[in-house]
Amino acid sequence: MSVLSLRDLTVTYQTRGGGLPAVRGVDLDVNRGEVVGLAGESGCGKSTIAGAILRMLPDGTDIGGEVLLDGEDVLKMKVGRLRAVRWKDASIIFQGAMHSLNPVQRVGRQVAEAYITHNPGKEKEAQARVTKLFEQVGLTEGRVGDYPHQLSGGMKQRVMIAMALACDPKIVIADEPTTALDVMVQAQVLRLLKKLQADLGLSMIFITHDLSVLVDVCDRIAIMYAGKIVEQGRAKAVFETPEHPYTKALAGAFPDIGDDRYRLAPTGLGGDPPDPADIPSGCPFHPRCAERFEGCDTTVPDLYPAGEGRRAACLLVRDRSDA
Amino acid sequence: MTQAPGGTRTESLLEVRDLKVVFAAQAGLLSGLQGGKSRYARAVDGVSLDIRPGEILALAGESGCGKTTLARTVLGLERPAQGEIRFEGEPIGSSTRKLRGYRRKVQMIFQDPSGALNPRQTVYESVAKGLRIHKVAGDEERLVAQALSQAGLRPPERFFMRYPHEVSGGQRQRVIIAGALALQPELLVADEPVSALDASVRGEILKLLLKLRDELGLAILVVTHDLGLAWMIADRVAVMYLGRIVEIGPARQILKDPQHPYTQALLSVVSDSEGLEQIILRGEPPDPTRIPGGCRFNPRCQIVASGKAAELGIEERCRTQDLALEEITSGHSAACHVLSAASGKPGNSSPT
Repeated sequence: MSVLSLRDLTVTYQTRGGGLPAVRGVDLDVNRGEVVGLAGESGCGKSTIAGAILRMLPDGTDIGGEVLLDGEDVLKMKVGRLRAVRWKDASIIFQGAMHSLNPVQRVGRQVAEAYITHNPGKEKEAQARVTKLFEQVGLTEGRVGDYPHQLSGGMKQRVMIAMALACDPKIVIADEPTTALDVMVQAQVLRLLKKLQADLGLSMIFITHDLSVLVDVCDRIAIMYAGKIVEQGRAKAVFETPEHPYTKALAGAFPDIGDDRYRLAPTGLGGDPPDPADIPSGCPFHPRCAERFEGCDTTVPDLYPAGEGRRAACLLVRDRSDA
Repeated sequence: MTQAPGGTRTESLLEVRDLKVVFAAQAGLLSGLQGGKSRYARAVDGVSLDIRPGEILALAGESGCGKTTLARTVLGLERPAQGEIRFEGEPIGSSTRKLRGYRRKVQMIFQDPSGALNPRQTVYESVAKGLRIHKVAGDEERLVAQALSQAGLRPPERFFMRYPHEVSGGQRQRVIIAGALALQPELLVADEPVSALDASVRGEILKLLLKLRDELGLAILVVTHDLGLAWMIADRVAVMYLGRIVEIGPARQILKDPQHPYTQALLSVVSDSEGLEQIILRGEPPDPTRIPGGCRFNPRCQIVASGKAAELGIEERCRTQDLALEEITSGHSAACHVLSAASGKPGNSSPT
């Protein structure tokens, strides 16, 4: 059974100019012990999904569909129940850890409080838990008493990871957890996340714009564009043999170094990802698509089957599977 | 003309010789009052390199390695503590007049196109700004139109009256590039030219840089943390670590057959190739106010850490002897005692 299921999830932000549809009908399942990647560019809705799962979006935002956490719909939970679930059943590692920590509180204390919130009065256990967590994330015990400014970016991200794991959550949502870090530190943090995932059997949603990172970490990935999933499947297959023209373009931005196809031959798309307030008709990708044909501007594509466990929202894929 | 490591004997457009840039890292107020001393950050600590006309050189490394400081110094925005920069054989000098002429021929492309454009200026005004500052003679409108069209904004007249928010992110970066091209430079210095752009848009801008090189013969110094970008556009790659170039050579050689352990580690963590074991270095990039003695990479070096350096009997050298770049094959140099030991040479001690 899935730890987390999104069913026709829609999110519409309210702005002065009217409703802004950021997520427009997303279905996604994360099985126990599985890591699912969510990739796409700014404005595609991937971080909005993270916010919707834990209901951390601005007041007044319309969320439709279902977010089933172990079968229970998060969107229907009362505030008290929601508070109990956050951090304990589902936790989140934010992008830009550097700014998410309280600058005037010792980092060990911050991790302890994440535990105590859900285990009131268990001060002693909290201390023991912090010691164990610091060890798990590769921080020396001496760091418990440090303030955030005494830590490097990579260490702060480790503190964030410790905090996310404090209450043994069923699922961890990692939203661009390595984006602001240098490549070598990024590699250290990714190795840590992979190890923790394997050791603890964590279920995870891993959100990033960097497709090459996802391939390394995820079992499956979903590519988003203009608030919808446009392709999903096994991570490696999606990255190496993309079906959707958008996935092809995105994969081209992260070439395999040494691959002669990319040597002195960068590939890219014109235009920008669409403005959520002004999403093109038909397939939202059609104005930028090199392979568009008649019908792309009028027919909204479904996710059509494209091989084992693979789906892509492109009329080319539909026509191929019809043939 | 002297020859820089990793260069060949072609006339250079830009020559950087033994450049050092030092910043005073102020002691904090409290420790200052207690008599604490300021420390010095050796941001660029002895760099020599050449750029030839029409060449794209990628300067790669992690944050804090000194690559941006080096680029800013090349632009005349930082004053070197030591060393020399020559452009077309002439020292760039420090007098305002000399610098102004130089700054017309060497143009900067900034990282974030949204931040670099004035939101209240039209595309035309933004591109014409440089022409006015440098008091360039000629038909301004024609020059602006030509620059926009070279940057791929065609027909240029359609963009004249637009404001930055009315064009796409990729187009904003093209406006910045047009502003540089209007002055008919010979060298572009591009600091992370695509890292603020959406991934799908980056390729178009990189294609444009290649095209400008091919069609206008522009030389480009690209500062980047992204070795994939170097693979896509650079002729040569220089890898920096703690203020020094540790390896430099033709892009294909550096990126397919790196010789310096640092380059090997960097590539191993960004490469998808199966079977290539990731070399994840410990710790964070060290602090330029505390550059380690010996080979500056030794505290993080996987060859030292694994004991292989000791096996080869050179660990002592790694820990105590600074070293300069040494040519491995023609045009490809690296600064590593292991390589020097393998080539039977004793490992140059640094000239500086």
